[in-house]
Amino acid sequence: MQSIYLLIVLAPLVGAIVAGFFGGRIGRVNAHRVTIAGVGLSAVLSLAVLVGFMWLDLQSFNGTVYTWMVADGMHFEIGFLVDRLTALMMATVTFVSLMVHIYTIGYMADDEHNWPHESLAGRNSYQRFFAYISLFTFSMLMLVMSNNFMQLFFGWEAVGLVSYLLIGFWSTRESAIFANLKAFLVNRVGDFGFILGIAAIGMYFGSMDYAEVFAKAPELAETQIAVFGGVSLMTLICILLFIGAMGKSAQVPLHVWLPDSMEGPTPISALIHAATMVTAGIFMVARMSPLFELSTTALSFVLLVGAITAFFMGLIGLVQNDIKRVVAYSTLSQLGYMTAALGASAYAAGIFHLMTHAFFKALLFLAAGSVIIAMHHDQDIRNMGGLRKYMRITWITALIGSLALIAFPGFSGFFSKDAIIEAVGDSHVFGSGIAWLLLTVGAFVTALYSFRMYYLVFHGKPRMDEHTRHHLHETPWVVTVPLIALAIPSIFIGWFTVEPLLVNNWLGDAIYVKPEHDSLHHLAEHWHGQLAFIAHGMTALPFWLAMAGLALATFVWFFLHQKNPDIDARLQRAAGPLTRLLDNKYGFDDFNQKVFAGGGRGLGQLLWQAGDRALIDGAVVNGSARMVGYVAGVMRHLQTGYLYHYAIAMIVGLVALLTLFVAL
Amino acid sequence: MLPEFPWLSLVIWLPIIGGLAVIANGDKNAELSKRIALGVAVAAFAVSLPLWFMFDASTAAMQFVERADWIPAIKVEYSLGVDGISMPLILLTTFITIFVIIAGWDVVTYRPSYYMGAFLIMEGIMVGVFSALDAILFYFFWEAMLIPMFLIIGVWGGPNRVYATIKFFLYTFFGSVFMLIALIYMYFQADSFSILDFHALPLGMTAQVLIFIAFLLAFAVKVPMFPVHTWLPDAHVEAPTGGSVILAAIMLKIGGYGFLRFSLPITPDASAELDGLIIALSLIAVVYIGLVALVQQDMKKLIAYSSIAHMGFVTLGFFVVFAIVRHTGSADGAVMGIEGGMVQMISHGFISGALFLCVGVLYDRMHTRQIADYGGVINTMPWFGAFVVFFAMANAGLPGTSGFVGEFMVILATFRADFWYALLAATTLILAAAFTLWMVKRVIFGPVGNEQVAALKDLNRREALNLGVLAVATLAIGIWPKPLVDVMEPSIVHLVEQVQVSKLATAGVHVDAGAAVAAELVQMTPAD
Repeated sequence: MQSIYLLIVLAPLVGAIVAGFFGGRIGRVNAHRVTIAGVGLSAVLSLAVLVGFMWLDLQSFNGTVYTWMVADGMHFEIGFLVDRLTALMMATVTFVSLMVHIYTIGYMADDEHNWPHESLAGRNSYQRFFAYISLFTFSMLMLVMSNNFMQLFFGWEAVGLVSYLLIGFWSTRESAIFANLKAFLVNRVGDFGFILGIAAIGMYFGSMDYAEVFAKAPELAETQIAVFGGVSLMTLICILLFIGAMGKSAQVPLHVWLPDSMEGPTPISALIHAATMVTAGIFMVARMSPLFELSTTALSFVLLVGAITAFFMGLIGLVQNDIKRVVAYSTLSQLGYMTAALGASAYAAGIFHLMTHAFFKALLFLAAGSVIIAMHHDQDIRNMGGLRKYMRITWITALIGSLALIAFPGFSGFFSKDAIIEAVGDSHVFGSGIAWLLLTVGAFVTALYSFRMYYLVFHGKPRMDEHTRHHLHETPWVVTVPLIALAIPSIFIGWFTVEPLLVNNWLGDAIYVKPEHDSLHHLAEHWHGQLAFIAHGMTALPFWLAMAGLALATFVWFFLHQKNPDIDARLQRAAGPLTRLLDNKYGFDDFNQKVFAGGGRGLGQLLWQAGDRALIDGAVVNGSARMVGYVAGVMRHLQTGYLYHYAIAMIVGLVALLTLFVAL
Repeated sequence: MLPEFPWLSLVIWLPIIGGLAVIANGDKNAELSKRIALGVAVAAFAVSLPLWFMFDASTAAMQFVERADWIPAIKVEYSLGVDGISMPLILLTTFITIFVIIAGWDVVTYRPSYYMGAFLIMEGIMVGVFSALDAILFYFFWEAMLIPMFLIIGVWGGPNRVYATIKFFLYTFFGSVFMLIALIYMYFQADSFSILDFHALPLGMTAQVLIFIAFLLAFAVKVPMFPVHTWLPDAHVEAPTGGSVILAAIMLKIGGYGFLRFSLPITPDASAELDGLIIALSLIAVVYIGLVALVQQDMKKLIAYSSIAHMGFVTLGFFVVFAIVRHTGSADGAVMGIEGGMVQMISHGFISGALFLCVGVLYDRMHTRQIADYGGVINTMPWFGAFVVFFAMANAGLPGTSGFVGEFMVILATFRADFWYALLAATTLILAAAFTLWMVKRVIFGPVGNEQVAALKDLNRREALNLGVLAVATLAIGIWPKPLVDVMEPSIVHLVEQVQVSKLATAGVHVDAGAAVAAELVQMTPAD
């Protein structure tokens, strides 16, 4: 089995290397062929592994590929842990990645127009893009298939690197290279916590290996350590690890990089910043469930951060006019839902939502990208409208994605999101009440912003200029086929996987839940099939709130908008301070820019000028040089040139020295 | 195969004699001089390879030992040998020198044969420092090192080179005088100049503290540690590219090496007593210097400050051992700290060397190092841009590159000593990324900054070869550090055992005179 797993990981890497280093030589077509072949192989094998786990009784694999380092008796290894959780992630990642690879053929076909004519960086940018997304797939697989913390961190940072390279892909754009630096640094703040968490594990568990750490965890459950005036070891470790997840999965307050990451080309917004990389934090916490279960404080923290992100980031989505940013804020909000599920110990529900979200959010992003292609790279929804007539496939698939997103009954998102809200409602950790409220009201907000965008883009009168409208047409098959391929699971995957994942505990040993934390047992006990679940969901508050949001959106942006095309702007003006608050994204960006970026530079300037230049160099170093000069100037007067002066000095000195020696 | 063959002498004297030959050949036939220089550098690397391949990684004992009388009257010996600590540093030296020679090939037009010759002589001397087992021989090489570097900066340096060379010379010379006194003192105690005898020499606490401080002054300047670091940015800015590479990649490591070879084993009790000072200075290097690096306008200064911050990790890893023992009651993790520091030194040799080469590539084309004079370089130099981004990421400690390995090990070790130490050390994840990538953003990315940038030509074959090989080395250690760490392990395990054995218990019995002299010295120092 090991060679198959190795093949799954290495096939995309080989593709990336070939397309990256030899892209210019082999040309565009061969570059996308080789990368698609690599990722395709990975996807097929990953699906085979998933099938193996589902029906063929495939056993979990945990093995070492090679020993990275042995230091001080501690083994650092590169190895794979493939259990059901991993298999699910592998299949999701490689499938979405494959779709995005194919889609990219269409999206990046005219990429030379995005570069200044003379820029050499624009040459072979097509091949380079394929190299990057394949490299990403490799990194993400290393992350999810790892069997130890060191390799997890490797994958963690490697996906961050590729994300950095791809956000700043159009490197001649100031906004893009601002966004990628911001993304990397904010993620590094998370990684700062993460690596301390890993160091704590190294110290107290003496191992990097998941299996060893998890086995030893119960022994250390009660350990207190003398940091912050005494804290439980597990709480410290879990919160530190979770800070890493907050960076990668963009949870408040480390969410600020994700909206800006939309500067990157749309295919990677779909792949990296919606479907896969940003869910690494969710996956990580689920993987670490044997640790998180030992600290209710940490769980509570996770739950509240998730719920706050889910609600407040969704609100911002209401005032965005850039089609990608609306979807980006929706991603933030959905990541919040997943995080909240983890905090409620409903890891399976979190992973379930991760999977359904990967499909429908990748779909929404790719549909947005399709719209952007048709609009000649205008992303402002105020300039769109009526696109359904011109792009049938994009329209229908986007509608499917939106319905899945707002948890319309029967669509995949319905099963996963409803399960999360129920689980949070059944949770007893501190803060679960307020979290439940935020998530429930969030359902209303989700429906509102999703369908605001949907109506503004696809319905109403076309608002683009004549030239653009004249050229509007459906995008080529390489774009629409992935849309359809993603639309199918967006509808059905929830129906087919809800029972094994949430009821029959398909994930099994991969996840550990303390019996008293189990917030999904209620759902499992009252399970009477999907239809009953849907019927039950339709009696609950989240459903009605979502429908209310949908109805309100329809009323405002479908009906009112027909008579008042500027209804959107008027509403925003009417909401005044609230709009401003949301437009400013609650002031996070300004605060970070002033306090952290500005403060860091100011402090650096101060230390350099006052410390290094004035104090050390000015006063001490050059000061002592001046002192030597000054003393020398004084001493010079001693050199009178009279021989008898020197003779006397010599005699005095000799006597003094002799006295000293005798005395000793 | 031939264990008695004098490999170390060969690695020391081949480049020195070769360097003299290059200088003797002169500039009349500069092309031939360059070829000889390259041949010598490659040969020196080749003859250093047996040190790696014939090394017995199962013992901490000195290997490839050579002994001969030098000045019998005061028992000074020509005594050489390496263990797992010095051997990798020697290979780093012979490896990096090749790239310095290649990098100077076209761009040094003023007296190129002297330039190449100076670097070859420098190489031999540095190998001498790493392999000397006699304190006077060590001191001889240590001081001799200043001369070629002084000339390299003074002759081929920038406009402000006189200030920089004098600052460099006085700073380092100031430090080493105290070391000489300490060495002579120990000679009188041990009746030998053998460094290994010094390791076994019992010493009272006062003597240890004084010796420790003397060594600290010498080594802290070389590393350099805060607050005696300000010579480094000036020296780098004025030094020619090759000088910067040697300075950053190897000379700084000699300070770190000194701590391992002298301070820790000779004065374990004083080290245990004063480790808080070193840890504090190391953490200041990480945080304070990291912030200072952020605001540098000159690329070389920025990388110089980045070097100081990274060397802070080295000294942190070396001295965290005592705090670990105090905190956890066991020395588990101490070996990892020192190994992490060692890996960091090797890795920093590749990465900072490569970054200085990158700055050199730009400087050769545009004759400015100011960040503000660039912008959008990737539009005209895409391959170069790719290398810069790679080495910048390595500098920021990205896993998969060698930059990660040492930092990771040191953070793991430091966490055992104190949560707050580890927290401060881990800020490097943010700071190093901030100062390195912000520079990359302003220099490499963005629209073409000006007409000069628009006219830039991408790497030539020689530059690409240089950076390519260093990139492979950086990746190799990042992907598989095991061979490197395995080589060091026995020596460092031995060192950690050594530092845990107090020298105080035996000191009083054996050496009364030592204690007496120490007591007098204490009375003479105003600090007491």
